[in-house]
Amino acid sequence: MGVLSSTSLLDRLPAEYARGGVTLEIGGIPIFLRSGDAEFCRMIEDRYAGFVNPFASAEYEFEIDLNPPSEPSDEDARVSKHGDVWFFDRGDFHAEWDARTRRGWVRQAPNPYAIDTVLRIVHSLVLAEEGGFLLHAASAVRSGQSFVFTGISGAGKTTMSRLAPADVAVLTDEISYIRRRADGYRAYGTPFAGELARVGENISAPFGGLYFLEKGPANRIEPIDDRRAARALLRNILFFSHDERLVKRVFDSAFEFVSNVATGRLIFTPDERAWRLVG
Amino acid sequence: MKQLYIARSSAVASRVLDGEIVIMSATDSTLFSLSEVATVIWQAADGHTPLSEIVRGRICAEFDVAPDAAYRDAEAFIDDLARHGILRVSSEPIDGIEPGVSASRLGAARPA
Repeated sequence: MGVLSSTSLLDRLPAEYARGGVTLEIGGIPIFLRSGDAEFCRMIEDRYAGFVNPFASAEYEFEIDLNPPSEPSDEDARVSKHGDVWFFDRGDFHAEWDARTRRGWVRQAPNPYAIDTVLRIVHSLVLAEEGGFLLHAASAVRSGQSFVFTGISGAGKTTMSRLAPADVAVLTDEISYIRRRADGYRAYGTPFAGELARVGENISAPFGGLYFLEKGPANRIEPIDDRRAARALLRNILFFSHDERLVKRVFDSAFEFVSNVATGRLIFTPDERAWRLVG
Repeated sequence: MKQLYIARSSAVASRVLDGEIVIMSATDSTLFSLSEVATVIWQAADGHTPLSEIVRGRICAEFDVAPDAAYRDAEAFIDDLARHGILRVSSEPIDGIEPGVSASRLGAARPA
């Protein structure tokens, strides 16, 4: 039997895999989704292709209970906290998560939309604690650095992603993932896709710059002061909780971030020449 | 005239940057950027100084504005912030408010 036989691979998989489930590693944070429903697990593996890591040691774990199929909800998710336990609710799911034990459960319909929202909420809470955040923004890696492009809807996030030249790796066209590490900020790829419906590359890079997108007649980068940058950033941070302590934490993180990274207004014509100014 | 007392809510995050206060409500994440006059009112909202005294002693003293107009504007401003839970308003003095915002990060240098 060869060393790469399926038996030897299975031997090396974490024990929880034998009990059924998928480990998704987004932003370097592995979360095990436990489910005995093989079809649901396959759907998750397909949906999050590139972010499945069966060999990662899970930092968080969710038990998934599947309801009968139902339509995805277009409500906003409600997030609340009682003691150490977070509650996430929407028409198509209910989830509880104990931040202390790092375990939770989700009751949801067997579609990827509910778990996608749960994952966004959990990552936003985990990042908030460490000074990072999820941001409505496209991001990409060029020449070993990550660049993030944020702005109001229609400002050009999808356009910048679509126009990325061959030497650029797109991390996301929709939700950027910013972590504060010991050596500085770092942007990570995410599977949270927007209009391009394309999962980002599962890579990360040290932070190179934050650009506030505006469409204009000529490509140029203009400075933006920290006050305006922080205000614009706060409007685009994806945060679901009204927990007083964490809201304050995110608020402070936004100011901390803009005072420590390069920022600018990227005014661009919607063509690939804008990328000549980046990286 | 009935006295109004105003106090900064504890359910907000705030920061002074380049002389302007930016406030975010923790209850609904609404973001406010205060004008110079509004900043004076916010900083004076100690729960014990009547609004009329803030207007007369601070606003009219520091800005070229008539007392009546200044008071009307101040009332509208505090109504707006109170609706978002950022200011507490009472006809009685208010105890237990947060200390004023720190300006220690004002103009923080950006590393090269």
